[in-house]
Amino acid sequence: MTRRKARRLTLISVAGLALALAAGLVLFALSDKITFAPTPTELAEGKHNPGDRIRLGGLVETGSVERGDNGLVSFAVTDTKSRIPVTYVGILPDLFREGQGVVAEGILDVSGTLKADTVLARHDENYMPKEVVDALKAQGHWMDEAVTEGALNAQ
Amino acid sequence: MLNELGHFALVLALAVSIVQSIVPLYGARTDNARLMALAAPCAVVVFALVTLSFIALTVAYVRSDFSVVNVFENSHSLKPMVYKVSGVWGNHEGSMLLWILILALFGMLAAVMGRHMAPSFRASVVTVQGWIASAFLLFVLATSNPFARLFPAPLEGRDLNPLLQDIGLAIHPPLLYVGYVGFSIVFAFAAAALMEGRIDAAWARWVRPWALVSWVFLTLGITMGSYWAYYELGWGGWWFWDPVENASFMPWLAGTALLHSAVVMEKRDALKVWTVLLALITFSLSLLGTFLVRSGVLTSVHAFASDPTRGLFILLILVIFVGGGFALFAARASELKAGGAFAPISREGALVLNNVFLTTACATVLVGTLYPLVLETVTGEKISVGPPYFNLTFIPLMTPLLLAMPFGPLLAWKRGDVYGAAQRLMVAGVVAVFLAGLSAWLAGAETALTAAFGVTLASFLIIGSFAELALRTKSAKGGFSGRMRRLFSLPRSMWGAALGHLGVGLTVLGIVALAAFETEVIVDMAPGDTAEVSGYSVTFIRAESQEGPNYRDAVAILAISKDGEDVTTLTPARRFYPAREMPTTEASIKTFGLSQLYATLGEVNEGKITVRLFYKPLVLLIWLGACVASFGGLLSLADRRLRIGLPAPVAKRRDEPDGVPEGAGV
Repeated sequence: MTRRKARRLTLISVAGLALALAAGLVLFALSDKITFAPTPTELAEGKHNPGDRIRLGGLVETGSVERGDNGLVSFAVTDTKSRIPVTYVGILPDLFREGQGVVAEGILDVSGTLKADTVLARHDENYMPKEVVDALKAQGHWMDEAVTEGALNAQ
Repeated sequence: MLNELGHFALVLALAVSIVQSIVPLYGARTDNARLMALAAPCAVVVFALVTLSFIALTVAYVRSDFSVVNVFENSHSLKPMVYKVSGVWGNHEGSMLLWILILALFGMLAAVMGRHMAPSFRASVVTVQGWIASAFLLFVLATSNPFARLFPAPLEGRDLNPLLQDIGLAIHPPLLYVGYVGFSIVFAFAAAALMEGRIDAAWARWVRPWALVSWVFLTLGITMGSYWAYYELGWGGWWFWDPVENASFMPWLAGTALLHSAVVMEKRDALKVWTVLLALITFSLSLLGTFLVRSGVLTSVHAFASDPTRGLFILLILVIFVGGGFALFAARASELKAGGAFAPISREGALVLNNVFLTTACATVLVGTLYPLVLETVTGEKISVGPPYFNLTFIPLMTPLLLAMPFGPLLAWKRGDVYGAAQRLMVAGVVAVFLAGLSAWLAGAETALTAAFGVTLASFLIIGSFAELALRTKSAKGGFSGRMRRLFSLPRSMWGAALGHLGVGLTVLGIVALAAFETEVIVDMAPGDTAEVSGYSVTFIRAESQEGPNYRDAVAILAISKDGEDVTTLTPARRFYPAREMPTTEASIKTFGLSQLYATLGEVNEGKITVRLFYKPLVLLIWLGACVASFGGLLSLADRRLRIGLPAPVAKRRDEPDGVPEGAGV
């Protein structure tokens, strides 16, 4: 092996090592660290285990919002068929309303409650989060409720 | 009238771009100098026409001409003037026009300034710019006409999305677009080199200033966007690994790699094929970013309201340019002669290592960004990929890169001495380990590991970034003043490299300080109540309402004191915009040195409030570091060898200090 070839080989092995490291990390992270985005009905059917990270889209069930002390809040997310209880500590987004679209992201606990660390609402009057649209479409309720008016502009 | 003129100017610009896309290249193929000479005037005319069009749209916004759909949908007569002007690019059509304006500007500069290039090469570069400009002009005219009219004209507009009514909108998109679009020139250079089948060190010297300018602006654009999201969204975070953030971060990673590999090519005539490939990749990622943001395939705070035809059109542009670029590469790359070899431990070797890690990290970000899209298309399963994925993949890949960074500039070209470099970095290493121990002790059990690990990296980087400057002034005569004189006569690119690396170190320090030492409290308060956050006492005085030009505020007045003394007042607010019936959260931020107190207001109920308070230690370093790095980029740009495009004069070379080879700069 010439010196030139040996040098090429070193280079290629370094690049190969980095790529292998990256591929390993990516595969591990994709199997373990992704966030599932089921609809409330799919979640209620028990497709996911406690500890899974869930991004849940749907409507804030009317009458379900309860506020505790120091930013604690609990509510239910519904796709009109199933409801999933959610707890959250923090400041709710400006457009968080009962009967309106919401996306909650967090960890599913043993009792089937979603402990959210992030709550997103639509961020202007003609935008509806994609997850909410999908969840409602799956229940055949898309476009038959006042709350979804205008959302088509964004899709 | 002016609106129709603006529209007409765009159509004309498309026509001229098409000429620019064909004639100079034909001239280059047939060796016809007069046809090739048409390139520059075409590029100038396109720029003039697009400018006219942009001015026309701006005038429509300033005059609140609601007969234009775009103005009606995104403006309001009561809006402050600065937001009327920045509102021009606060929507899809207008921002696309700004994109094209910058593209035309770059096209013109490349055509006019490229005098020292071979005529046929220059003609090819301008031609490729013409292709890109034609594609995007056609896109705007066919799917996103900013001058479409509305009849009868409404009396009042719908107002701009309140989140965009901020000085951030005036600054962030233009900076970002200069960065994105600037890489189109680099792409054009690469494509021209492949078409001509010829490439040498001079190519790298021509490309570097463009890559540097684009990189500086992209860095500043991302930084500004990050700070804007930090204070405007009221979430207190500075980076969310949001798909659209990733869309701008990927070209940044590839562009950073390109800057470094172009140095190797310029100095050592090596890595030629790889550098050309990186140039293609960088602009491809810019185009991918444009597609992701504007096609509506992603849920994101940035998503423009969009329709499927636009997404399809941009996808088509993406496929044509990326596919075409890589096809050209596949066909012609073998004609580019491979460059010289070098030992693995050398300046070149270090720069290759940089490239390996940056591009691999870029690939993991790409996988994380596109995986949900692919999975949903293929299996229908809906997932999203968020910070846990990116933290797990990105941080381990960046760590070896950051550790190796101070070594790079200390290694000689061709064959370096890693033990020598390690000895020179001994001080930095010892100080770093000491600081790491100290901060781990300060951090407490939960974050001790983060603190120790991060502070080691950051302080090693910060101190290590000065190592080369220190080394090169070591042999100067005349004591301290002699060393200072030598220090300031070092090549600017060397200063640029040092500041670039220093900036990365500062940013890492800011990130680590936040990860390890941030405190957050969420608390309900009645008037007179006091809360504590990191030694500051926060007392809720009263809630009051205030009127703005086109909004109303519900403000909480919070008095801040430390050790019994009043320091300042925080005034977080819930803001309501009647025109869109939309509320927003206005965070209140006070800066103490490099650290900040950050407050957002939740519910306001019968005089009682919920407040979220953060103490963010050294948080400003995150953005200051990026600004320092950008300043380093500008210094490199001002380097003598790039300005005059010739090797450094002999007299200067003789002055080089012992042992260390000339021209370190990155």
